Amino acid sequence: MTPADRADGVGTAPPANVTRNPELTPRTRHQPKRKLADNESVLAKLFLLPTVIGIIGLVAFPFVLAILFSFSDVTTGNPSLDFVGLRQWRAILDSRVFWTALRNTIVFTVVSMALIVVIAHILATVLVKDFKGKWLVRFCVLLPWTTPVALAAVSWLWLLNSIFSPIDWVLRWFGLIETNLYYLGRPVLAMGSIIAVHVWRIVPVATVIIMAGHMAIPGEINDAAEIDGAGFWRKLREITIPLTLPISAVAVLFGAILTFADMTVVFILTRGGPTQATQVLSSWAFFKGIEGGDLAQGAAVALFLFPLLLAAAILILRAVRRSEVI
Amino acid sequence: MAHVVEVRGLKKHFEKGDIRAVDGVDIATREGEYLVLLGPSGCGKTTLLRMIAGLEEPTEGEILIGGNVVNGLPPRARGIAMVFQSYALYPHKTVLDNITFPLKTTIEDRAERREKAGWAADLLGIGGLLDRKPRHLSGGERQRVALARALVRDPSVFLLDEPLSNLDAKLRTSARDELKQFQERLGTTTIYVTHDQVEAMGLGDRIAVILNGKVRQIGPPREVYSHPADTFVATFIGSPPMNLIDRGDHLLGFRPENCLPIEAMGSNGDNLLEVDMQVHRIEYLSGDRHVYATISGLGPDDAHVITRIPATVDVAVAEDRTQRFAVHEKDLRFFDGDTGALTDSRPVRT
Repeated sequence: MTPADRADGVGTAPPANVTRNPELTPRTRHQPKRKLADNESVLAKLFLLPTVIGIIGLVAFPFVLAILFSFSDVTTGNPSLDFVGLRQWRAILDSRVFWTALRNTIVFTVVSMALIVVIAHILATVLVKDFKGKWLVRFCVLLPWTTPVALAAVSWLWLLNSIFSPIDWVLRWFGLIETNLYYLGRPVLAMGSIIAVHVWRIVPVATVIIMAGHMAIPGEINDAAEIDGAGFWRKLREITIPLTLPISAVAVLFGAILTFADMTVVFILTRGGPTQATQVLSSWAFFKGIEGGDLAQGAAVALFLFPLLLAAAILILRAVRRSEVI
Repeated sequence: MAHVVEVRGLKKHFEKGDIRAVDGVDIATREGEYLVLLGPSGCGKTTLLRMIAGLEEPTEGEILIGGNVVNGLPPRARGIAMVFQSYALYPHKTVLDNITFPLKTTIEDRAERREKAGWAADLLGIGGLLDRKPRHLSGGERQRVALARALVRDPSVFLLDEPLSNLDAKLRTSARDELKQFQERLGTTTIYVTHDQVEAMGLGDRIAVILNGKVRQIGPPREVYSHPADTFVATFIGSPPMNLIDRGDHLLGFRPENCLPIEAMGSNGDNLLEVDMQVHRIEYLSGDRHVYATISGLGPDDAHVITRIPATVDVAVAEDRTQRFAVHEKDLRFFDGDTGALTDSRPVRT
């Protein structure tokens, strides 16, 4: 039977007579029926549809709306769209808070990503080894990820409380400090606290991603390096790090985008304070646009993130492609 | 520099699944010898090799290299080099960097390392590939790079773990020949692991046949082939394997090429075991004829046997006919019915 015959026999002459004439030869009875599930071009569209709707409704539409807003004077009190050109953008760039927030965002992202990658690599190195109690360590590593944000927030607010902080209490007990540190009340300590909590939140995901990279290195390559006389550090420098570089870059890209656009930790711990010392672009956009009601300026601040994220994504993906090894 | 490798009472017991991968092995190589560890997959031969390399710690027993106990020493302190089944080349490094990698701990000077790597590469005919990355090499070239990387350290022992199994059949034959010549030139003690009996027969000065973590027989290829220590060795080595005929308390064995039509046995009619065989099928394989037949009368049941008639014998054999074949009595082997071990000759009727 040629494919043409088969295609003809599919939709037009349904296998109705097959069921009516069970004595027909097996060949006819097993004639393949083409159903919806066999039509790949229809299936592909069908399966893609929910995603496409989701992206259009939740990403593309708000994005276009934000662009429109940023060139208008819309506020929650006056929702009519009046085009005002670059006025909102100029207002933002003239604001000192903007530059503080931009600097804070970059510090926040760079420092926490560096810490996350290093910590995740260390944890991944530990977790790919076989040892007793491994399940417990793995459980503890993944725990922050599974903790609901609200619960984590309450715990951290208490841990960093200016009067009742258990951390201060322990440090005092060891005689390391005289008075409480007021973690969230001093600019540098507040930023440090924000970074610490964010790192705590993201490390589990990063560890899982980087662990996959560690496990993807063939066992024989590690054996060969050992035979060739490489100790732990040389193996790390010359084998493990170069071979996990592509996946680390993916983890960094993911983490950087998450961090850059994240305002959860700032919102919960400091609300941008003290005196804007922990204000990041996303939290500022939220305070301005949603809490302050100035939708136009909020949109402009939020949009400011977009080219930065795009540039970061392109740079990192390019680096990955160049260092592609296997 | 060639060293002797010796293992004494070596055992490896994996807790997971309660597996005795290596179960009491005593082997000693001779200086500059090519020793092949041969066995089916999962017999423990690779674990044995990895213990010699220092990649696994034995549960029990001693490993000696050059007369020194090396238990507990890391691989780099054992003076060995290993070639892996996958070659385990560093994918992000060029061929040159792959070959110089083992030298970094021993040779400080960069130019000197380069020179040494160049020497090894030229020896293996890969001098023109030094700037390439492994993924741009063919299977055979990768294997040479792996060999060069092993060679460059002047090891006292080479450990090779199925280095030919990733090559296609045609390349494998020429690579086997090169490997043998190469080792003869260097004179380095080599331990070679394989599951391929043809490789083992072709390469080894001696073959150690391993099953279930135990050495079943160790000896030169010829001896292992003609005087197998038990029925496992008899059937594992040789293609087609040795014919075994169950005779109650013992088994009678003979190699396929030793059983020929009576006309081909020449004038020397003495000491022949003559049998009538019902021929079922004849296969022509590169000139030889493989005859599938049934023998009745030698044991309680009919026995299926395969004989191989070399191309030089042109006696006519026809399918579906009974024909008289014969085996020299000196080519008959006898195995114990219970243990399968080689035993003394016994009288055979006829």
